[in-house]
Amino acid sequence: MAATLRLSVIEIKGLTYSYPGANKPSLQDVNLTVEKGEFAILTGPSGCGKTTLCRCFNGLIPHFYSGELKGALKVAGLSVSERSTGEMAKHVGLVFQNPENQLFALSVEKDVAFGLENLGMSRKQMRERVNWALKMTEIEDLRDRAPHELSGGQQQRVAIASVLAMQPEIIVFDEPTSFLDPLAAQRIFEVISQLNKQLGITVILVEHRLDLAAKYASHVLIMDEGKIVLDGPPRDIFNSERAWLLGVGIPKAVRLWRLLEEAGVDLKGTPVSSEEAIQYLKEALWR
Amino acid sequence: MALIEVKDVFFTYQAGVEALKGVSLQIRDGEFVAIMGQNGAGKTTLVKNFNGLLKPTKGEVLVDGVSTRDVSVAKLARTVGFVFQNPDHQLFSETVEEEIAFALRNFGFEASAIEKRVTWAVNLLDLVDYRKTSPFMLSGGERKRVALASVLAWDPKVVILDEPTIGQDYRQKENLRQFIVQLNEQGKTVVVVTHDVEFVAECNPRVILMKEGKILADGKAKQILTNTSLALDASIVPPQISQIFQGLSFLGFPSDVIDVSEAKNLLVDRLRELRS
Repeated sequence: MAATLRLSVIEIKGLTYSYPGANKPSLQDVNLTVEKGEFAILTGPSGCGKTTLCRCFNGLIPHFYSGELKGALKVAGLSVSERSTGEMAKHVGLVFQNPENQLFALSVEKDVAFGLENLGMSRKQMRERVNWALKMTEIEDLRDRAPHELSGGQQQRVAIASVLAMQPEIIVFDEPTSFLDPLAAQRIFEVISQLNKQLGITVILVEHRLDLAAKYASHVLIMDEGKIVLDGPPRDIFNSERAWLLGVGIPKAVRLWRLLEEAGVDLKGTPVSSEEAIQYLKEALWR
Repeated sequence: MALIEVKDVFFTYQAGVEALKGVSLQIRDGEFVAIMGQNGAGKTTLVKNFNGLLKPTKGEVLVDGVSTRDVSVAKLARTVGFVFQNPDHQLFSETVEEEIAFALRNFGFEASAIEKRVTWAVNLLDLVDYRKTSPFMLSGGERKRVALASVLAWDPKVVILDEPTIGQDYRQKENLRQFIVQLNEQGKTVVVVTHDVEFVAECNPRVILMKEGKILADGKAKQILTNTSLALDASIVPPQISQIFQGLSFLGFPSDVIDVSEAKNLLVDRLRELRS
């Protein structure tokens, strides 16, 4: 027997999907394995199929959007086509790009508690979960406010808190920090990273701004025209010609390395964060 | 004379939230300004005061020397065009060309002039193929371009863009950046409200930093974004190149580097010195 036991939480084989009435598929022969506890960034040009793929993870496709789906789609050990979206929601949380689409209750607290009510939890348990989620997203002081009165950034935190409260095995974040200021965005990435490290929650993060997010990722997936065209550790991806040609948001530190290389300076490694770049440059410059 | 002059402006929303607490600034003809700062700092409220969408509760805003209280929003819009953060708050027509023609008709342009300007705008923003398409059939990035085209069509002196990079991929962002820089070089005054530090680092405009309804700092991006304590105070994280150079400042590098090419030149020079 092999000594290491690898648990895949997402297993997709030959997935092809077309929206109803579409003349070409939005996903074409997608193959993907994500293991438990991974932090994967999913990126690629607008319209490449990222959001469509995310909708498959929790069964919105095919149950809500219908259309034509081929291939095998297994998430958290469950065959997505055979399970209801309600059942998938216990395992897979989805945080949307625009928080307005997700919030509806009259108070932040009620919005965060809503998903838990549907799980049939005790009041005490529910309160603890809500408190914990509000604390993790740093919005305890907004508890009694109406979500529609909050700024876009605050709303996004509420949306994240309501998904966190469910403590699902997998959370899919679809550009969760688009509306946040940079410091708030960084804190949200740190929260996501903590959930990933401490609780072992598998994270799929759809993101264009790789400067901020790359250092947290174990994996980068790049899509183009409905296909996954690159799949590997961040460093390998940022060094691949294909990623540069596709014009994804390669971090500035990696761009700097590339320019130095072109100028005949070959430094070790590929930095995925400013901390790493500083480290490598100190070693090269400090005599 | 300043094109936009904001004189000690206070603004309170009906619900009682005081969003601006004494803001004064001037924007000159042809400037490129980025307004940055944390969520809820009052950035969007401020720019909505630039074109009379909101009128100051106290203080005044002068556009081309005239107080925004004394002219209609429709008239101000001729001078100051506003592109909303969410294009869906702006678009409503059945086709792209209808959308672009709508404001022109309201401004009283003649049919032949409208046709010319619509054609000019769809060409400028690469929307020629979508003239007869409904804006709602387009992708988010394309809808943003329609919103921008419909404002540029009437050729306002000032274009305000509220969070133009949200939801745009890297390449679209790069196109948008080149487009905005070009507009500005052709003499258009551009005001951008944005959180996107890397985007601003690449344009190097004047940056107005806001916090809690007030102006915290005002200067070139190169100075403001590389001042870590100032930036953090406004919930801004310095751009990656700036972070790297601040980490190397003990080696005698300048601390105000935000541009990747400048960074490369400085490092190459230093490494050559070390090797010789």
